[in-house]
Amino acid sequence: MPLTALGTRPGEVVVDPSPAVQVRGLVKTYPGTKKRPDVEAVRGIDLDVPAGELFGFLGPNGAGKSTTIKILCTLVRPTGGSARVAGFDVVEQRDDVRRHIGLVFQETTLDGHLTAEQNLRFHAEIYGMDRAVVGTRLDTVLDMVGLTDRRSAVVNTFSGGMKRRLEIARGLMHSPRVLFLDEPTIGLDPESRASLWDYVDRLRAAEDITVFLTTHYMDEAERCDRIAIVDGGRVGALDSPAALKASVGHDRVRITTADDDAAEAVVRERLGVETVREKGALVVLTPDGEQFVPRLFELGLAVRSVNVTRPSLDDVFLAYTGARLADRQATPGGTGGRR
Amino acid sequence: MTATVAPVRVAARGPRHELRAVKVVWQRELIRFRTDRGRIISSFAQPLLFLFVLGKGLGASIGAGTFGGTDYSTFLFPGVLATSVMFTAVFSAISIVWDRELGFLREMLVAPVSRTSIVLGKALGGATVASLQALVLLALAGTVGVPYDPLMLLTVFVLLFVVAFTLTSLGLLIAVRADQIQTVMPRVQLLLAPLMFLSGAFFPVTGALPAWLHGLALVNPITYGVDAVRRVVLSVVDGGDAAAAEVALRWGSWTVPVWLDVVVVAGVGGLLLAVSAWLFSRPE
Repeated sequence: MPLTALGTRPGEVVVDPSPAVQVRGLVKTYPGTKKRPDVEAVRGIDLDVPAGELFGFLGPNGAGKSTTIKILCTLVRPTGGSARVAGFDVVEQRDDVRRHIGLVFQETTLDGHLTAEQNLRFHAEIYGMDRAVVGTRLDTVLDMVGLTDRRSAVVNTFSGGMKRRLEIARGLMHSPRVLFLDEPTIGLDPESRASLWDYVDRLRAAEDITVFLTTHYMDEAERCDRIAIVDGGRVGALDSPAALKASVGHDRVRITTADDDAAEAVVRERLGVETVREKGALVVLTPDGEQFVPRLFELGLAVRSVNVTRPSLDDVFLAYTGARLADRQATPGGTGGRR
Repeated sequence: MTATVAPVRVAARGPRHELRAVKVVWQRELIRFRTDRGRIISSFAQPLLFLFVLGKGLGASIGAGTFGGTDYSTFLFPGVLATSVMFTAVFSAISIVWDRELGFLREMLVAPVSRTSIVLGKALGGATVASLQALVLLALAGTVGVPYDPLMLLTVFVLLFVVAFTLTSLGLLIAVRADQIQTVMPRVQLLLAPLMFLSGAFFPVTGALPAWLHGLALVNPITYGVDAVRRVVLSVVDGGDAAAAEVALRWGSWTVPVWLDVVVVAGVGGLLLAVSAWLFSRPE
């Protein structure tokens, strides 16, 4: 039977209603020594990531983020609670989990002495892929990350961005259900970062895959369908970026009019909102600035300019963890990296 | 977004999958060796030095007669073959520390295969690389008065593979848990020199050593490997049978048969490999 480029048979539909990632009461305690107390890295995490989602896992260093990911990838055994990935238990069905996940770590795990193709073929063999699909799958993933013309080149000759793309291609080789990207763009220049995200977007359009992402970059967190913010071994907040931003503060609508005093009175009376005066402008704080603007214009005021500012994810991160998102690389190991 | 989910194209877990993993780890060792020309060339320096400088020089000054009537170079040749695989095999094994340092080991560790398969692939890879390299030395047989007998050459090749397997397993035992090459190298140096000098590669174990060193030589698995290779080589040399009878390894007055030599070497190798696999599989 012919296979599609993705290694599926035409018309083949597999529906699995189970969440891609399901975590219940997860606990991990690293036993201490005589001099050092126990380290409670994870203190009871609950998570549900539905299939197909781009899920962001954010938190300061030492928040329990890495430990949680290592448990989900079966590299570390939890002390308590349970975790299922792609429907399999990370402790009881370790190898099943491994077969259904793709991993891209911060540090490279390619063999620099082998060619791109040799690295991918190694992966296919050690994952026990069906030999009939290895060739097509190899072409597909290389094409997906734009490395087709470098397939026979030795990996040591690749740039950092190319290596990371090859790692993603390798992580996708065995058609995983869940792709873990642990800081996938760290150390890359802005151009490589942008093109890498292009590939991830194309990948998500082409294959029904769940992406579990950790990142230090706000614009990358912004792309996620939902975000969990972890701090002190617990999930502090879990929602869409928009909802999280709405939860920490209101949009600021800054209005300038011909007559601010008159406008202020009208806005307060007719729309029932609080206003603030600020340097020759009227500022309204509202949960949803975009919906406020049309209502403002219905009042028939002589509006000169309107400017809506929403809270950033950085504000969200600061509110939940006391740390700045972009700050944390400068304070490794610290949980409260403030400026 | 399409409703079609890429189905899992991964074969079920089983012995076939584990064998594929063993094979691909083994293959990688061969690819790595083939592309590493510096390693190939430098690994010949020491055996050639032993064979021609030590063999001819020392041989001329002590004269024949001491080694069952054969020329010293002829006596030394099997010893040089065996010691040459020692170094290649052990260094191949400790490349697992490089794999760990450079990150590639993680690719293997997160794969859905048992760690025993990874260790077995490494051991077979190291043994193959080492014995292939010994083939080049084997080609020099004529220069030390050993005729090119096909059956002898084949047997020696197989024996060298077994010796190399045991040494790769020993290297893995030292290296599987180590995360820095600096901690491994001194241990390897410390271990390899006595294993080499107490193996009978350079002089017959029986009769030449004081009792306590003789005892150490008898518990050295390499001694049995050298003995097996030497007796197979001498069996095709003129007057070699008498020489072999004289220099053969003995337990007391009983001459250890060649098949038992092989059993000892392979048995120790299997044991070392099992312990390495166990160490490697323990959670870190």
